[in-house]
Amino acid sequence: MAKNVKINVEYLTRVEGHGNIVINVEDGSLKECRLEIVESPRFFEGMLRGRSIFEAQHITSRICGICACGHTLTSIQAAEDAIGFTPSIQTLKLRQLLLNMEILDSHILHIYLLVAPDLLGVKSFVPLIDTHNHVVRRALRMKKTCNDVCDILVGRHIHPISCTVGGFTKLPREKNLQAMLNLLEAMIPDLEQTVELVSSLKFPEFVPEFERDTEYVGLVSDNGEYPLLTGDAIGSSEGARMDKKYYKKVTNEFVVPYSTAKHTRWNRESYMVGALARLNLNYNKLCPEAKKMGDILGMNRKVTNPYLNTAAQLVECAHCLYHGIGILKDLMQTGIIYEEEIVVGLNEQKRIPVKAGSGVGAVEVPRGILFHHYEIDDNGRIQNANCVIPTGQNLNNIIHDMIKLVPEILNKSEEEITLLLEMLVRAYDPCISCSAHFLNVKFVRQ
Amino acid sequence: MKAPKIAFFDFSCCEGCQLQMANLGDFLLDILEIVDLVEFRETMSEKWEGVYDLAVVEGSITTPHDVERIKKIRQRSKTLIAYGSCATIGGINGMKNNFDLREIKNYTYGEEARFFETIPTRPVHEVVQVDYFVHGCPIYPPEFVEVLKCALNDLPYSVPDVAVCVECKFNENVCLYERGITCLGPITRAGCNSWCINNGNLCYGCRGIVTNPNRQGFKDVLERYHMDLDFIIKRMDMYNSCELLLKSNKTENNHGKER
Repeated sequence: MAKNVKINVEYLTRVEGHGNIVINVEDGSLKECRLEIVESPRFFEGMLRGRSIFEAQHITSRICGICACGHTLTSIQAAEDAIGFTPSIQTLKLRQLLLNMEILDSHILHIYLLVAPDLLGVKSFVPLIDTHNHVVRRALRMKKTCNDVCDILVGRHIHPISCTVGGFTKLPREKNLQAMLNLLEAMIPDLEQTVELVSSLKFPEFVPEFERDTEYVGLVSDNGEYPLLTGDAIGSSEGARMDKKYYKKVTNEFVVPYSTAKHTRWNRESYMVGALARLNLNYNKLCPEAKKMGDILGMNRKVTNPYLNTAAQLVECAHCLYHGIGILKDLMQTGIIYEEEIVVGLNEQKRIPVKAGSGVGAVEVPRGILFHHYEIDDNGRIQNANCVIPTGQNLNNIIHDMIKLVPEILNKSEEEITLLLEMLVRAYDPCISCSAHFLNVKFVRQ
Repeated sequence: MKAPKIAFFDFSCCEGCQLQMANLGDFLLDILEIVDLVEFRETMSEKWEGVYDLAVVEGSITTPHDVERIKKIRQRSKTLIAYGSCATIGGINGMKNNFDLREIKNYTYGEEARFFETIPTRPVHEVVQVDYFVHGCPIYPPEFVEVLKCALNDLPYSVPDVAVCVECKFNENVCLYERGITCLGPITRAGCNSWCINNGNLCYGCRGIVTNPNRQGFKDVLERYHMDLDFIIKRMDMYNSCELLLKSNKTENNHGKER
């Protein structure tokens, strides 16, 4: 069927950051398919040069308000790797708890405030305040719980204060551990109702039918741990494995003529990172409660419909909540060693010696695997910095999805096609405000 | 009374300050009951063509396109709040101004650098008039709510113009200088309830420098504790580069106010 379709969505809404979708179909064949990034560049990698390795966390946290803890943890891991510092077990547990809260918080925001309006046929969560008041209240309540836990753990969720190179500048007291535990346990009924809500949504009215098998990439572990903060390697559904130090061999950034952004690929034409990729790689390592919810949602198989990334996020919500509860119970039993509290500022230099080196951080943040790489001099000053953001890695995969999807839906109206494409991009939960700072984006001059 | 039309906008920033709104929980719904939220790109697809009673602006002005956009927003807004360090003092984005713009562009983007337009970072009030300021990286939610109340009732709001130390003392923190650690609290605007020091960290100056800092007193403190002035200056340029450079470049007048 010969058909012309021209779609240009400017200022894609309900995503983090600013993006445009451009689709051009002439006589039934796809001529142009672009996902453009229009965010102002902020030059973080350039600005990091000359700063102390102890300042990198503070600065890079400001790359993104929603993944502030993710950038914090990746930055710290890269810094500690560069100076050869090994964090204590207690520190790793508390960092894992923080990461759990970040993933939980971000996924809830995405599921309820950014995706739910599409499923319920409205433009934003605002009309839902009248039509689905209890749902909106539940979403805000769950989000606030994550935020309140972070307030106790690191001072605040957006730009955490006490989580630094070496450990924590303030460690939670016993009553703080109890308070966090109470908050998380009180969230369980809300999570169960969320699963009930989502599992009541039926195909294909709510989740478009679309399949495209791709390469799924994320951290993998040799033990039973669902790898988020640390793993043994970067792994792929194609069976490949790579030490994080060679992350550039995974990302392989390259330029393509039909898109404005630099793309990544490893063993196939594109790869996907994020909740769905993690589930496809590590489903059997989820905690039992999360697996139960995954079974209810039909996620206990290899899933190749990218729209289901949102369902994968919900399964991870369960994992992060129950895993977080487990960490707190564990810490309450063992007790906190307060001698490990880090003193900031000049004293850091004495307690944590610095030396020249190169270090890589690789952490699974809400949207997928995030890399920070620093090269530092003898004084611990950053000489070179590089960051590769999950959304940047997903862009090529989103475009390949679109290239397959558009011809399949050409019989629909332009309005429906636009909505399906917007929903596809949103399913990836793109954080363009992150990726624009690092991706090499080429704007087409018109 | 008709609900005032309120819109949120973001420029160069991490969007963390608008996320602080979502973290208000149920209280956010109370706010939404009394205002008519007409634009908030991150969470809404709706667009509004009329006049904004209140525009809430996050982020710094860093491209020629930003300059045009903020001017249009100002023209359509009765009242404008700048919130977050990026918007009120340039914040972290100002660190860029310490580098040669062409050099830092090439470093970050390589051969694609020419596709990025960038100008020296400016806070919002260097381009258009700002009626209310909410400082901080990120904003301190109780202060934001206070300013919102003032703006909706057409009342003035004065940013506390005393040092963070005042609040830090109320919070009974041991002075970091006593522990051999430098801190920008003595010259930084209060209003954050000494958030970072309460949590074992130090003040990085995210709310900007007080109007009339006690320069000699601060120098005395540095001397008494044998602290290096250069070290402090390096730390000050993390958030306050825009202001520091503006002061040193006054004669060049390249940061002139445009309305």
